Amino acid sequence: MLEIKNLKASINNKDILKGLNITIKPGELHAIMGPNGSGKSTLANVLSGKNGYEISGELKYQGKNLKEISIDERARKGIFLAFQYPTEIPGVNTNNFLKTSLNKVRKAKGEKELDTLSFLKLLKEKSSELGIDEKMLSRQLNVGFSGGEKKKNEILQMKILDPNLVILDETDSGLDIDALKIIADGVNSSRDKKKSFLVITHYQRLLDYINPDFVHVLSDGKIIKSGCMELAEELEKKGYKKIN
Amino acid sequence: MKNQNINTQQDYKYGFTTDIENIRAPKGLSEETIKFISKIKKEPKWMLDWRLKAFNRLKNLKEPNWQKPKYPKINYQDLYYYSAPKSASEKPKSLDEVDPKLIETYKKLGIPLQEQKKLSGIAVDAVFDSVSVATTFKDELTKKGIIFCSISEAIREHSDLVKKYLGSVIPLTDHYFATLNSAVFTDGSFVYIPPKVKCPMELSTYFRINASETGQFERTLIIADKGSYVSYLEGCTAPMRDENQLHAANVELIALDDAEIKYSTVQNWYPGDKNGVGGIYNFVTKRGACRGKNSKISWTQVETGSAITWKYPSCILQGDNSVGEFYSIAITNNYQKADTGTKMIHLGKNTKSKIISKGISAGKADNTYRGLVDIRKKALNSRNYTQCDSLLMGNKCGAHTVPYIKNKNSSSIVEHEATTSKINEEQLFYCNQRGLNQEEAIGLIVNGFCKEVLQQLPMEFAVEAQKLVGISLEGSVG
Repeated sequence: MLEIKNLKASINNKDILKGLNITIKPGELHAIMGPNGSGKSTLANVLSGKNGYEISGELKYQGKNLKEISIDERARKGIFLAFQYPTEIPGVNTNNFLKTSLNKVRKAKGEKELDTLSFLKLLKEKSSELGIDEKMLSRQLNVGFSGGEKKKNEILQMKILDPNLVILDETDSGLDIDALKIIADGVNSSRDKKKSFLVITHYQRLLDYINPDFVHVLSDGKIIKSGCMELAEELEKKGYKKIN
Repeated sequence: MKNQNINTQQDYKYGFTTDIENIRAPKGLSEETIKFISKIKKEPKWMLDWRLKAFNRLKNLKEPNWQKPKYPKINYQDLYYYSAPKSASEKPKSLDEVDPKLIETYKKLGIPLQEQKKLSGIAVDAVFDSVSVATTFKDELTKKGIIFCSISEAIREHSDLVKKYLGSVIPLTDHYFATLNSAVFTDGSFVYIPPKVKCPMELSTYFRINASETGQFERTLIIADKGSYVSYLEGCTAPMRDENQLHAANVELIALDDAEIKYSTVQNWYPGDKNGVGGIYNFVTKRGACRGKNSKISWTQVETGSAITWKYPSCILQGDNSVGEFYSIAITNNYQKADTGTKMIHLGKNTKSKIISKGISAGKADNTYRGLVDIRKKALNSRNYTQCDSLLMGNKCGAHTVPYIKNKNSSSIVEHEATTSKINEEQLFYCNQRGLNQEEAIGLIVNGFCKEVLQQLPMEFAVEAQKLVGISLEGSVG
């Protein structure tokens, strides 16, 4: 699904990723943990194609060179980023935005675009699965949403768009335990043999619920240690400084 | 005639010309020209006298020059003031008699005129250069006592109404362009809604400039009698030419006791090319009088076209408890310039006004909101709320807000809010990450920014306007 070799990324002449390697196969869920400033969000941005980074190294998604593909095309090809800070777009209805987005993705897959009725049916189904109040969806996109609502909305979008590669950028930070469970349930119910996950987080908390296949520690732009769930537990006990 | 079409630019889809034989007034502004216009329109003598009075007054007036967008001097002697298709010199009595070339032109513009294909629920008056060529749904409207016809026809057939109200909101001597219009106006629409009648359909006028070297001088007069209601719409397009053409209109609205007029504009005149060559000078005077108590006038404008847009659709709130509203979207791209806003003159007690203005600048364009809220001494307990938001795209464009506020009594309240923002990279990234390309993302964000205004438009036009907002900004980012 995703193959990253010796990935280096810098922004404004500042090196952030300094030779990162990771391979994610279909069906796998990888967690990346690391202290502030280690390059976690940069990795999420680089994978989704955000402008402004100088990049070198190999970046392959489904065998194709990602560097040549624009942000929106990556999205249509099934890369989904759940944002750490979902942005507010005033005047744009959340429902309509999701419908537009879904139909872009469906069209790219060669599927029929959904009309309003079938879309609303799908939306109802997915939002009730996640325990999301539908009223939220008739509001303007992320405008006045609480932190928890914004994150739930990201997970709902993930469910509806049905991507191949999901990147969760600190989706768990700032959430109460109930919201955290909703997020975890959303991830768990989406897992299947074809879908891959890259979960970026500070804490073990979310990982307790979603049980990653692999855990990596990112420090100063490199993966310094990889392992499974035990590594996350060790980190929680000892802190990042002791791991080396 | 020189062929001045520019065929290289594709993004203005209404830029075609109709090849049709014209009757023109002699070139230049003179008494002869005015007499020619009045004669060809078979006007009564009082109308010609009125025009000549305006023309005499014009000799002593100077063009205003306080506006932000400057333009090269217009040679008024080098313009045609009347140009009309030969086939339309006598307005066809029925739609079946309209020149097929004209029918075809409007069809291309998305305005079907033929009986069987008429837009449902919308009556259309089609103005081509200096004449109205067709008006649909006339019979249905006549049954309710509603008069909807060209102003030329109204001058001949509803002389008493025209005489009573023409120039009553925009005086003959108001300012240079208004006075020029009063002297040489050619066509436009006339609407009269009788007491207590709610007009059952949208009334609309579609203005088309076709001939070159010609100015269009529209004149529209709408009267809503006591307790009546009407929603009126205008649309405008013109061919692509490398000359600048002048559209100087006067629009007067009169609302009597308990009447309401909703006036919407989707202005898409040719904006000029990417280098700022050509395009329409849209210098327009629009004013409504809420003459009766509890009356209401609401202006909604979506201004996307024209090289220069210079207009302030205004409300004179004379009647007690009357309400004036102004909702505006002004989009300028490339070298387009706009200086637009409104005037709300509060004269009556408990009068209310609301101004929502959304200005969007891209490319090297310049966009100014200029507005006046004037609450007079006797306008006790009046209120105004103004919100002006500007959105900038790129770093070569400009946005300016120039509000004038006068409040002469202490029982009235004026609120003014203004914001200026740049289109946000994070918003674009978010939309891109959800599969929308750059232009779709911009369209979405800008439509969101304009939402409060777009939702004021009648349904059918809101959809069109939304698309237009996207198209007008194509190529402006990235």
